[in-house]
Amino acid sequence: MKQVHFITELFDKYDGRSLQAYLNVGGFASLQKTIEIGSEAVLTEIDASGLQGRGGAAYPTGKKLRQAQAEKAARKFVVCNADEGEPGTFKDRELLKCNIYQVIEGMVIAGICTQSQEGIIYVREEYTNMHDEIRNAIAECYSHNYLGKNILGSPYNFDLKLFSGAGSYVCGEGFAMCESMEGKSGRPRSKPPYVKQEGFLNLPTLVINTETLSTIVSIIKHGADSFRRYGTEESPGTKLISISGKVNRPGVYEIPFGLTIREIINDLAGGIRNGKKGHFVQIGGASGGILPEWLWDTPYTYEDLAKAGLSVGSGAIVVADEDNSLLDYLKVVQDFFSHESCGKCTPCREGNRQLRFIFERITDGTVTVADYDRLEIVLDVMGKASLCGSGKTEVVPFRTAQRYFPELFLTKESLEAKKAVV
Amino acid sequence: MKPELEQLAESICAKYDYDAVNLLPILQEIQSHSARNYICEEMARIIAQKLDITESRVYDVITYFSALSSEPRGEIIIQICNSTTCNVNNNRDLIHWFEEELGINVGETTPDNKFTLIFTHCFGACDVSPAVRIDHDVYGMLTREKVKELIAAKRGVVV
Repeated sequence: MKQVHFITELFDKYDGRSLQAYLNVGGFASLQKTIEIGSEAVLTEIDASGLQGRGGAAYPTGKKLRQAQAEKAARKFVVCNADEGEPGTFKDRELLKCNIYQVIEGMVIAGICTQSQEGIIYVREEYTNMHDEIRNAIAECYSHNYLGKNILGSPYNFDLKLFSGAGSYVCGEGFAMCESMEGKSGRPRSKPPYVKQEGFLNLPTLVINTETLSTIVSIIKHGADSFRRYGTEESPGTKLISISGKVNRPGVYEIPFGLTIREIINDLAGGIRNGKKGHFVQIGGASGGILPEWLWDTPYTYEDLAKAGLSVGSGAIVVADEDNSLLDYLKVVQDFFSHESCGKCTPCREGNRQLRFIFERITDGTVTVADYDRLEIVLDVMGKASLCGSGKTEVVPFRTAQRYFPELFLTKESLEAKKAVV
Repeated sequence: MKPELEQLAESICAKYDYDAVNLLPILQEIQSHSARNYICEEMARIIAQKLDITESRVYDVITYFSALSSEPRGEIIIQICNSTTCNVNNNRDLIHWFEEELGINVGETTPDNKFTLIFTHCFGACDVSPAVRIDHDVYGMLTREKVKELIAAKRGVVV
């Protein structure tokens, strides 16, 4: 069982555009069920599924929804995070393109479960060519009372609109996203209070990933047990992965947790192109860890990746072969963060500046022992003291590279000395 | 104050109830009316007045987001992805082809102000990498020949 179709069940069953076609293949059955059985029964099912947030933080979804439900306010928001900005990630693009109605259905259900009546789909600017389709789908749902007042004759109301990002990686972070929706530059706020307490317009806001929403709908439809048939005890269910780089069949695949990285590369993505040897993968986006080829038999689960110093993150897997230099790769990653760092907190802003200097000196061979001492300090401070997840997790690719490719971080002299001994 | 700027700002700000919460969509819509894909200083000032916010806030937002610009750019913006996947897939050739075809370097605008060629970060087209984005459309799996055709077609469309 390599590729499965639990969340992606309807991908090829309808055109992804017409509401009627979605209804014909059983669409909005989960919303009907939610209205019938009520939010407590739905939340119990989501708890039982063990679903973890698919945006990267892997927070238990049931718990997150219950916390959002507990917040009391006259206005509460649900925001669908469709700002997927982690390089190498394009699975939300597929969910929006192939099955936008399931995302909308998930939004209404999340609204009912948390007693929120206003929803926003925050779509990245880079997906502007899909914005009209999404707006059309929203309009269709309004005209057939899947959105609006007294949805399907129930006491529930839910409004939904699309908000376009404007090109900023950090806006994938909850507070930065709220700031940008409030007409400000997307810089994270200090916590607490948290987004769930004082988010958009300082009102309780549930920010939830596109894939998580889609998965909720499938879980309600098929039951938590069907979801748990896939995966492992600690990583139940399925995950959408975006695999790209030097593979024959790059794309989005839905997999049960537990396949090895090598199975994903060889059996799903058709192996490495041109018969080349694998070198490393980066898992989970630009802030994800580097895993060398000799560890590709690691199972793709939260627990096994954690042991190797990595995480599932956004579900991206970028594959590099023997022709790709890890140093060049890390410089691209670093350059990405230099550009995307919002500049608000010193550890991330200045840390990136220092990282850039150090990598320049590694490249031109003038790096010194003092540079490497500084690298340690910079990574330590960034990982511990950055304001948001961006700066905190940025250290992961560098830390894992140090762990698995230590020779990359030696001065010219010590590298020569090491060679002389051998 | 240029009356056409005033008029455009008035119609768009009115549509958004003169509410500064909507600054981002307001700026995106204003910029979409600019042939040079930017928001000039005078326009930024008019918007600040209409929304009753500081000019520095408007400038902060324009300069923070990659999709907005305070400097004039070409009519067509070509963004070459320079993130992880496209680097692994050797986007150097692609960069070179576009530079050659347009006769400019990355970061520049053609003398006729038709094209601006810039690097961008991942726009989620890694399955067809190395990829470019021309305005809102994505093109991948490019060859030297296809780049030539693409630019020729765009030149034709614009004229």
